[in-house]
Amino acid sequence: MIWVNVIIQGILVGGFYALFACGLSLMFGVLKVINLAHGDMAVVAAYVAVLLSPHLHIAMLWSFLVVVPIFGLLGYVLQRTLIQRSIDRDPFTTLLVTFGLSVVIENLLLELYTANGRTVDIGSIIAQSWHPGSIVYISYVSLVVLAIAVLVLAILQLFLSKSRTGRLIRAVADDREAAQLSGANYKHIFGIAAAIAFATVALAGIAYGMMTQFAPTSGGVNLLFAFEAVVIGGIGSLWGTLVGGIALGVAQQFGAHLNPQYQVLAGNLLFLAVLAVRPQGLFGKKTALA
Amino acid sequence: MSKSTAPRTESLSNVSIRRSTHSPIFTVIGSLIIVVLLSVAPWIAPAQVASTLMNFFILVIMATMWNLLAGYAGMVSIGQQAFVGLGAYATLYFALKGVNPFVTIPLAALATAVIAVPVTFLLFRLRGGYFAIATWVVADTAMLIIGTIAVLGGGTGRLMPGLENLSPSQTAHYSYLATWIVALIVVIGTYLLLRSRLGLVLASIRDNEVAARSAGANVRSARRTVYIIAAAGCGAAGAVLAISQPFIQPTNEFSMQWAAEMLFVSMIGGLGTIEGPIIGSIIFFILQQSLQQQGVWYLIIFGVFAVAVALWQPKGLWGAFRSRFRSELLPVGHWVRTERLQTKTPEPLE
Repeated sequence: MIWVNVIIQGILVGGFYALFACGLSLMFGVLKVINLAHGDMAVVAAYVAVLLSPHLHIAMLWSFLVVVPIFGLLGYVLQRTLIQRSIDRDPFTTLLVTFGLSVVIENLLLELYTANGRTVDIGSIIAQSWHPGSIVYISYVSLVVLAIAVLVLAILQLFLSKSRTGRLIRAVADDREAAQLSGANYKHIFGIAAAIAFATVALAGIAYGMMTQFAPTSGGVNLLFAFEAVVIGGIGSLWGTLVGGIALGVAQQFGAHLNPQYQVLAGNLLFLAVLAVRPQGLFGKKTALA
Repeated sequence: MSKSTAPRTESLSNVSIRRSTHSPIFTVIGSLIIVVLLSVAPWIAPAQVASTLMNFFILVIMATMWNLLAGYAGMVSIGQQAFVGLGAYATLYFALKGVNPFVTIPLAALATAVIAVPVTFLLFRLRGGYFAIATWVVADTAMLIIGTIAVLGGGTGRLMPGLENLSPSQTAHYSYLATWIVALIVVIGTYLLLRSRLGLVLASIRDNEVAARSAGANVRSARRTVYIIAAAGCGAAGAVLAISQPFIQPTNEFSMQWAAEMLFVSMIGGLGTIEGPIIGSIIFFILQQSLQQQGVWYLIIFGVFAVAVALWQPKGLWGAFRSRFRSELLPVGHWVRTERLQTKTPEPLE
């Protein structure tokens, strides 16, 4: 029974990792950009939610209705200005610029809001859980986050395969020049992809703040987990990211069960093992491989 | 390369290729004066200056190694703190075995180089941004594994033994000299390395990887060599760090701060030049010293500065200076000059 609980908790946290990772995956798939400030963007979103909701007189639970669109817009603007500028130079510059942004954001948050942990307060529901078995507790918040993750992935998949904009995004991702020749404005398409990525990362950040405490330094760790989920699942596969996130979550819970010290380590070791044995990941194509 | 309208044979006879644009004698004399001054600094300058200089040397070592990785071999790593930490812990390990801490510095460099070999086989499966984040996973993993080893102090840390029978001023002087010597070896070694055959291979890969491959350059092995050397250099930096700040703690030695500093310093000074990281480190220390009352603002300002440089002046400050004044202190490339086109700016061919 104890192992059933480990697996269930792993799946629950894995859903969150997938939600966190899908923006990273989309940015890489379409823009060929790794946004090293991805995790910090989520933390900023959580801070905005906490600081903004008292002024807007809305419950923190509903703050995402405001914050997510703001971040979508921010993503579009940031893409059309800073990120596009660095893409025009080379991928190397993009890495340096996003890493620089990441360090700046983290330290700015530290300076402005101290290292103290905060939470997105959603009332008493945080403590409630469903209790189906003797030692199995499923927290409602985690369950909702998992459901949101699956929903977001499904919508994203549907959007990319069915809608006109989604098809344009895939066309630009496959062959930028060819798409441009057929009349697509790739910079605008890049902006839309970045807007979606930022919107999902804002959602992930707020979800994170509901599940646990966050601090200025939370971004880095979560970027690491999101990245591991993407690689384990296979670069370029959205549903693979969900499976990768769940695999990572389960590995971490196994580690934590042996010794709390081993939680993150177990996930890292799974990642390194996948890299050694199956570098294209569980569902991946061999695109990002050297 | 300069374009010439003259017949090919004629123009070729007038082409001269030189390493330096000015007589190297100035560089030699200037360097000698600086080396002598810095060697006696702890005896002639206040203790505070010497300890600041020591931190400066540690940053120069790290930045020079990061520049070798990224500026010359095109590998962006945000996980070099893995080797800083492993170097520090290798020093602690050998010191616990009874080896004199100062003797452990080369051992620590060797140990990190050995650890780096298998790491390259994993990391080199990824490229670009994925490579970058994977280096960070490696650093995180190394920190977590070290944190589980009780004899090395686990997660809470441990004081480095072997320094207690030296007086405080002896410790300060010896660790200053050790750091200074490591920095000299790293900078001069990098300079010689880039003028060697490997430097030529790296330059050819940077200019055109496909052409380099077809001319027989073994790209992967050149990158692997560079990665291992950079690991050893960061290991040595970790070792002198451990001696200068002898309470060894995983979160300190494996801090992401190292990665941020070495990256910013190299970017601002100028990637792909020997002088760049040194100049970047000088600017960093001036900023840090003048803003040290204001928390981490120095890092925020420096980060914004680095991003701006990456976007608008990607050659860095030294790169901009060099192409404007055609001057180099430590030339590793060659300048091509055609006599007929004297008025045209000669382009550096590296």
